[in-house]
Amino acid sequence: MLRYLATRLLRALLTIFLVVTFAFFVLHLSGDPAMMILSVDAPPESIKAFRAAWGLDQPVWMQYLSYIGHALTGDLGNSMRDGRPALQLVLERVPATLAITLPAFALKLGLGIPAGIYAALHRNSLADRLTMMVSVAGFTVPSFVLALVLVLLFSVRLGWLPSAGNDGPANAILPIVTLGTAGAAILARFTRSAMLEVLGQPYIRAASAKGLSWRRVVVEHALPNAAIPTTTIIGFMIGTLIAGAVVVESVFAWPGIGRLLVASVANRDLAVVQVILLMVAATMVTANIMVDVIYGWIDPRLRSPGHVAR
Amino acid sequence: MTPPLLDVRGLERVYQARRGAWPFGHSVALRAVDGVSFTLEAGRTLGLVGESGCGKTTTARLVLGLVPATGGEVKIAGQPLPRAGTAEWRGLRQLMQMVYQDPLAALDRRLAVGRQVLEPLIIHAIGRPEERRDKAIAMMESVGLAAHHYDRFPHELSGGQRQRIVLARALILDPQLLVCDEPISALDVSIQAQVVNLLLDLQARLGLAYLFISHDLRMVRQVSHEVAVMYLGRIVEQGEPDGLFAAPAHPYTKALVSAIPAPTRTLSEGSRKRMVLSGEPPNPVDLPSGCAFHPRCPFAAERCRIETPALRSMPDSRRVACHFAEELVGRMAA
Amino acid sequence: MSLASRAPGAEPGRLRRFLEAWPPLTLAALAWLAAMLVVAFAADFLAPYSITALDLRARLGPPVFMGGGWAHPLGSDELGRDVLSRLIMSIRLSLLIAFFGTIIAATVGTAMGFVAAHFRGKVEAAILVLIDFQASMPFLIIALAVLAFFGNNMILFVILMGLNSWERYARITRGLTISANEQGYANAVRQLGASNLRIYGLHLLPNIASTLIVSMTITFPETILLESGLSFLGLGVQPPLSSLGNMVGYGREYLTRAPWIMLCPSAVIVLSTLSISIVGDWLRDRLDPTLR
Repeated sequence: MLRYLATRLLRALLTIFLVVTFAFFVLHLSGDPAMMILSVDAPPESIKAFRAAWGLDQPVWMQYLSYIGHALTGDLGNSMRDGRPALQLVLERVPATLAITLPAFALKLGLGIPAGIYAALHRNSLADRLTMMVSVAGFTVPSFVLALVLVLLFSVRLGWLPSAGNDGPANAILPIVTLGTAGAAILARFTRSAMLEVLGQPYIRAASAKGLSWRRVVVEHALPNAAIPTTTIIGFMIGTLIAGAVVVESVFAWPGIGRLLVASVANRDLAVVQVILLMVAATMVTANIMVDVIYGWIDPRLRSPGHVAR
Repeated sequence: MTPPLLDVRGLERVYQARRGAWPFGHSVALRAVDGVSFTLEAGRTLGLVGESGCGKTTTARLVLGLVPATGGEVKIAGQPLPRAGTAEWRGLRQLMQMVYQDPLAALDRRLAVGRQVLEPLIIHAIGRPEERRDKAIAMMESVGLAAHHYDRFPHELSGGQRQRIVLARALILDPQLLVCDEPISALDVSIQAQVVNLLLDLQARLGLAYLFISHDLRMVRQVSHEVAVMYLGRIVEQGEPDGLFAAPAHPYTKALVSAIPAPTRTLSEGSRKRMVLSGEPPNPVDLPSGCAFHPRCPFAAERCRIETPALRSMPDSRRVACHFAEELVGRMAA
Repeated sequence: MSLASRAPGAEPGRLRRFLEAWPPLTLAALAWLAAMLVVAFAADFLAPYSITALDLRARLGPPVFMGGGWAHPLGSDELGRDVLSRLIMSIRLSLLIAFFGTIIAATVGTAMGFVAAHFRGKVEAAILVLIDFQASMPFLIIALAVLAFFGNNMILFVILMGLNSWERYARITRGLTISANEQGYANAVRQLGASNLRIYGLHLLPNIASTLIVSMTITFPETILLESGLSFLGLGVQPPLSSLGNMVGYGREYLTRAPWIMLCPSAVIVLSTLSISIVGDWLRDRLDPTLR
């Protein structure tokens, strides 16, 4: 088990390293940030000065090495727009993003999983069909459409909720609902198919034939086994706690990381984009490792030594 | 003197396996086939038996050249086997073919079976296009199918019929050697006998040589002119079937033979108690020292742990790889 | 009593069988998709106005069913441009982008899957690392980074859409090819002496095709959603070109005064992705009932 974890950790670090390298080279090979930030008709001297100040006049591989070197000491560069350390800039926005993604995550789990389980247990009933129809919306309706429709309904027509900004808790409701319902729909569909697959297995029939009450069969046998594939999806959702709100934050003008990313991308603010990419990669990778640990705990097949995971 | 059809010497296939996940752990050698030698003449059948994992299927693949050997050599009609994938190797397909355990998997489920029977003719550009269909139908009829089966799809045929299609496809190139890897294990018992009879009939008519691989000892006894018993990648006993099954020399063969359920065992086969092997079949990566069988052998002695026995000939042309073969003839228990 | 006298009862049998083979929902979905295809092909003929034609006197005019006139059946936007025309051209552009993106993804993914399954060993390990990497990062983030920094080149954009989903095809192809190679028909035909080209082209590809086609019905809507999301953020299709996503983006400004600008393209997006999913489910059941 320990060896398994160590390998996963190593792969995780490799992924992060790849992401950082990828980000660095893509961003550097794509264009001249000096021109972007300073505007096209800035005098050549100030462009040169800017480039020298940011080390942009050095060859690419030297910039890469110095970036890595600084990164390992915690210095991830400064924003080119306002000069503050990029890491600080990004970290400032994290609470705002989490303020909507965490409640949304709770909503996804609280709404999606029970709905999926219920639908699976009452297959082909009205409730099942209804749940499935609604859940289809999860992956056919884009988040911005859902967001705008909700705004249209609750802000414009009914005037109940504010549509933008973050003056108070009421502002958070629509973003949370947008994020949560889309994810809940996907989770419901997935949980349902995982449960259906488990319920069709011979051991469920055997458990029932042994004389266990249906409730016990479901709780003790079906749910734990269905939890295994569902954990992967939940893990992915945890991984997107930081990154998943890009579009929603833009629609609601919510000052989180997503908006910062879009703005930095439009402004070619290299350091900030790199830090965000790194943070997203780190979150995804951590979530994956957590999923693997939980797998190792839930799925007894993985606990025995010498077993190949997945 | 013409060389034998198939001449295998010291054949080895070693896989590099990894113990523990990268970058921890170390590399270990998995000796799937560890020095196997035999010859096969035209028109004869060599039966290869053993438990799962003993290396029989790997030997079959090595003989056909589907897997490259890491040691030893294979000679077909006196010529060394060309490397797989080369044009010479592909040309050699006309000489040797394979019959599979699962005929449904061996057939393309999307194509009509007749089309698959004639595919080898297309691949090797034999005959004119107009003649090919006729040849395919003729081949199908000679294996016991009818012309109207030509347009059927594999899932529309029974298991026995599918295996006949696989045979027809293998035989349409008029090969001399057929490697049969568990050809009847997946079939119903009643069909097994039919297919075996068909194989014997084809051998008589066409002079085919068979390398017949199976774990079903009774079947092997019926079809083979010679039987070789494999254990952990090595041949431990080899000889003609009746003698081998009546009076096995190697302890492993004794155990296998004693496990055959035999309501009609004849008296000449001696009183036979069931000989049960102790322990688990070992991991081929962790080969025991000396004789590979010694941890489970009821007759094992100190010498068995130290020295690997070679396959040597006994007076009755039986070949055994055991230090104590002469003393153990006829004995069942220590 | 002869069967002929059951005349009124004879019809429902045929109708029921027809409905079983062609569920109404699937028919509706197919009809919608056919309509979208027609619009995409005949866009130049169908659009009553050019997408840049201004008509400042008719700014923010409502559509026909909300009190407007037939001059602009779906209303007009803030510059007086006809929403219907822009919608028609957008459908064509979005569908084209999604189509080519899917083709790129399927081609690249299938090729990589074949390569991985054929060569095994280090090559396969490298490809698996790429697949893992792709699957572990939300593609929107990667796309954002690549796009804005390489600029808004349409060809690059389409390639990016393709790269969104290649790993799904690669994974499927690799899995199916490995199992066909190990014990299956691919091995058998190779053993017969067939060349690799023959094996992959004539045997493997047709057998994999139905699974790939079903995958396409899953990744095509994803590509539409990705493209419209990026265009909505202003980082995808750029003006003067009009796509479904950037129409919604523009419409956002006028949500209060002229919601139809945003609602029409949104409805098209939702209905189109929904239709493809329905057709995909139906195809999966038809093509291979053993698939789930």
